[in-house]
Amino acid sequence: MSTCSVSKGCFVFKPSTKKRRLSEKTDHYFRSTSNDSEDTVLRFITCQSLWSQIKSETEQIQEDMNKQLLDNLVSFLSRSHSDFQEKTTEWTSRMKFREIPTAALVLGVNVTDHDLTFRGLSDVLQNNITPYVALLEAKDCPGIKNLMQKLMGQLMNCDIDVDSLEDEDCVQVSQNKIRCSMPSLISWYESVTKKTDSETPSEKRNSSSRHWQSPPVVVVFKDMESFTTKVLQDFIVISSQHIHELPLVLIFGIATSPMIIHRLLPHSVSSLLCIELFQSLSCKEHLSTIIDKLLLTSHFPFKLGEKVLQVLINIFLYHDFSVQNFIKGFQLCIVEHFYSQPLSVLCCHLVDIKKRVYSLSHDQCENIRRLPSFRRYVEKQESGKQIELLTNDSFLKEETEKLLEDLHVYHENYVSILRCLHVFTSSLPKYPLGKQIRELHCACLENQVWETNEYESSLQLARMLNKTDLVTMLQQCVEILVSSSGKEFDKTVKHLKEFLTQFQNLEASEASQEQDVSVSSQKELQKKTDLYHLQKTLLELKESRRSKKLTKFEMLRFEVVDYIDRLVRKYLVPAGDRTLHEIVYFNAATVLRGHLNAAPRTALHTALNNPHWYLKNEALKCDGGGISNKAPDICIVYKLHLECGRLINLVDWLEAFSTVVTAAEEPNGDAASSDQVDDIIHARFIRAVSELELLGFIKPSKQKTDHVARLTWGGC
Amino acid sequence: MPNLDHPAYPADDLFHLESLVPCRESQVSMLLSIFGERQQFSFPSIFIYGHTSSGKTYVMQTLLTTLQLPHVFVNCVEYFTSRLLLEEILIQLQNRSPGTEQTSPVHCDTLNDFVRLFKQAVASQKLQDETLYIVLDRAEQLREMEANILPAFLRLQELTDRNVTVVLLSEIVWELFRPNIGCFEPFTMYFPDYSIGHLQKILSQNHPPEYSADFYAAYINILLGVFYMVCRDLKELQHLAALNFAKYCEPVVRGEANERDTRKLWKNIEPHLKKAMQTVYLREISSSQWERLQHDGGEPGQLKGLSAHTHVELPYYSKFLLIAAYIASYNPVRTDKRFFLKHHGKIRKTNFMKKHEKTSNHLLGPKPFPLDRLLAILYSIVDNRVVPTANIFSQITSLVTLQLLSMVGQNDQLDGPRYKCTVSLDFIRAIARTVNFDIIKYLYDFL
Repeated sequence: MSTCSVSKGCFVFKPSTKKRRLSEKTDHYFRSTSNDSEDTVLRFITCQSLWSQIKSETEQIQEDMNKQLLDNLVSFLSRSHSDFQEKTTEWTSRMKFREIPTAALVLGVNVTDHDLTFRGLSDVLQNNITPYVALLEAKDCPGIKNLMQKLMGQLMNCDIDVDSLEDEDCVQVSQNKIRCSMPSLISWYESVTKKTDSETPSEKRNSSSRHWQSPPVVVVFKDMESFTTKVLQDFIVISSQHIHELPLVLIFGIATSPMIIHRLLPHSVSSLLCIELFQSLSCKEHLSTIIDKLLLTSHFPFKLGEKVLQVLINIFLYHDFSVQNFIKGFQLCIVEHFYSQPLSVLCCHLVDIKKRVYSLSHDQCENIRRLPSFRRYVEKQESGKQIELLTNDSFLKEETEKLLEDLHVYHENYVSILRCLHVFTSSLPKYPLGKQIRELHCACLENQVWETNEYESSLQLARMLNKTDLVTMLQQCVEILVSSSGKEFDKTVKHLKEFLTQFQNLEASEASQEQDVSVSSQKELQKKTDLYHLQKTLLELKESRRSKKLTKFEMLRFEVVDYIDRLVRKYLVPAGDRTLHEIVYFNAATVLRGHLNAAPRTALHTALNNPHWYLKNEALKCDGGGISNKAPDICIVYKLHLECGRLINLVDWLEAFSTVVTAAEEPNGDAASSDQVDDIIHARFIRAVSELELLGFIKPSKQKTDHVARLTWGGC
Repeated sequence: MPNLDHPAYPADDLFHLESLVPCRESQVSMLLSIFGERQQFSFPSIFIYGHTSSGKTYVMQTLLTTLQLPHVFVNCVEYFTSRLLLEEILIQLQNRSPGTEQTSPVHCDTLNDFVRLFKQAVASQKLQDETLYIVLDRAEQLREMEANILPAFLRLQELTDRNVTVVLLSEIVWELFRPNIGCFEPFTMYFPDYSIGHLQKILSQNHPPEYSADFYAAYINILLGVFYMVCRDLKELQHLAALNFAKYCEPVVRGEANERDTRKLWKNIEPHLKKAMQTVYLREISSSQWERLQHDGGEPGQLKGLSAHTHVELPYYSKFLLIAAYIASYNPVRTDKRFFLKHHGKIRKTNFMKKHEKTSNHLLGPKPFPLDRLLAILYSIVDNRVVPTANIFSQITSLVTLQLLSMVGQNDQLDGPRYKCTVSLDFIRAIARTVNFDIIKYLYDFL
């Protein structure tokens, strides 16, 4: 059994309780904390259904992304043992050394995502190529013996899975009984393939028509890097001797680079392999697709705020590159949002909004009135309406429904215009607004994007685009807007199309004009001969160009950029400015950071250094670096040990401890005079020190017997 | 050339044997004289050693099968525990005669059992009046089994009191086998490497039926001219010969040259073979990919080899952790002050360091460093503030599992773990370039 703990130790595993009871409990969790009628059950149901939608969507995306890779692998596998099928006796195949076909599968450093890929891989293989797939992990195979055991266990089990339904007399061998050697594997393989041959044709069609008569045996090494050299070498040497009887294919899952094969295997062993390289899509592209499909869409009512999205993306880019963790974080956001925000019951699809708004309780209406964005909205209304909004529940509900619908429309428009803007900004030199759409999205969410310097500079750059680029971009924008679900874009599309036709009309007229100007200036240039005059005319020419009336193309270009600018200002308003955005946007970035990016060292230090922070006891509050004697013993010991060097003298430490503890109790210094330390204080000190040792701050030192060594900062 | 001659075996068989083992006639005749006649007791154990693919296994196998001597042939790599090994020998012994199918699974845990069962098996197979040969291939594996296995095999004849000879095949010399407590000394025999003439002769023997032997011999000559410098492995050479022969025949098939146009054929094949040496031979691209390329007539440049994909994408902080680890591994501890403190003063390299530190640290290899030093360097090379979160610590562990760092002395996680950076300078420079960090400026060796 494995744990998710980072530390080593003993873990207790209780037998898992029944699943049904668990699911009953979970909606209870939602309810117990909020005791009022805040639609907790409905919120829980909404949360569950939303998550299941998102989950299926992400799985679909994952499958699509891996499709190319898996197809390549399948074709490789089907090719790999073609000569085993045909049993050719040609000269070349006779002379050639039979190498083990090997696929080196480079998957990137995000090891946590690999499991999903391998699961997909083994599913695909079992459906298309062979039922005999074994997945091996380095931690299960410290020696060749364990590897063989694991391999045979998996292979023979999978066979039993397939056959046990139909025939009872199949060899029920317990794993311990069989000899873990290649010959027994080969005899198993022969018996299995023979059995499929002898099956009746009708049966054959059902069970194994997808596979060939002698399907290859695929062995997947999930984490190539962690395998020891000896195990791999031995396994390859052994299996290469039996490649004629057992069509084996190896798949190496590689996290770093394929060079690891040469590092792990000497030439004498790697020459037994026929290695082909397969590369999975980079995890960054994977993330872009996920963001594109999950966040930049109006399918899901739930949205992430700028800060939260930034936290998730930062964890991805700075720490783990793991798409799985990103999705987990997203899931946490959903749960947290529906749990902590009572109004999240309104975070649902447009069709349900009306019903839900009208069934809101009075408490919930008060909740709405308390929302900061709603208060801002109220303040902007005239006084009569203000009173209505604040006192009349049914009027408030009507208004809320309207506002929520507005919010929905805003999202639809936002996504389309964001994509249009991205078309422009992603092709500018140096990418002032970022190369990826996620960066642009964050910038737009954060504040009014048109007020930033980056936006200004990108507009400036856009004004210098050449015609062909501009035309293709406009065409892309038209495509995006046409395919978008927003209803307001008919006019915009018409406008953009007009621009396009204008550009086309320009072509003919412009060409002739341009030539005239350039020719005349060229002539002037040729007349002047001496340096001074040449310089002068060049300056004049430059001057005239600057002040020169803009060409038609340039004018049009300005118009286009201005039009885009207007669209941005209209539609890309940051979500924080919209009324009722709290209902669909999750913004609690600090909560998320606390959950996902925990800082154990800092937390421990805070707890020991400033116990008031966690214990909320006023008496513990201390200012400055002083040590209060009311603090728990371990805190006092910890603070004292911070002042010491690498080695701490236990006697001195005890002395200091007893001074601190007794200081307030007996201010007249009665105990200080006697050098005998109280037994109770001594015991408390020993307990505190051993607690500190358990936490890993100190350890007994071998250098001096009455000293302990510090293990943390300042220890060296 | 010594003709094989032995009174105990029929001349036909010997002649056939001689044709099968070219260039190993002297060794075979030597072995035959040791073996003696079928019923004679032979030397208890024979140790044969020689370099990779010098024909040890092949010669033994052909010798025993052609002369139909009773034998058991076991590869010690395959049967990795003593139990598997002993059981395999017994199973092969039982299954020698086709009529007797294995009735009950053999259980043999110790050598004592083995001796008992072995005697039974010999009796049941009626092998009392013939020498039985037990050949243990890759015998160096025996050293890793229980201490009594090797000495017992060496004097198996004496222990079982049966007519048996154990032949050990290995690539390493006998001196490395000898146990501390001493043992029965086997008869040692050396198989020398094949010379280029031998290789030529052996490789030319198996020519394809469509072409004449001379034509193929000329091809082998060219092949050896290119590959003999780097590879003397017979198996590998045979493989390469088979892979590239189609290309050699191309001009002949197209009718541009006849079989005698050696020069033209040489010009055609030579650059091709050189390319093969850099790609297929090193397993940069696989032989099936190579064949497909040949078939399509494409350039091998289109296919990137394995070593072309050295780039590893890492998360931002992992890159800095790796850089910090590299710096910590290759810089002496005392220089940290000079690199990472603002007012370190001017320290000259020559009189600052002790004598032994003047040798390049890159020649000495990475040195272990404690976790705290790694983190301290990390904090000073990353521009913005780094919070020591759990994610940072878990990244160190994942770098260890990716084998980019390695842990030194893994006794206790709490006890101030020490690491080493295992990546190369080129790799770290590539990583540093992606984060705009000039690592050379921070390495003491390049000051």
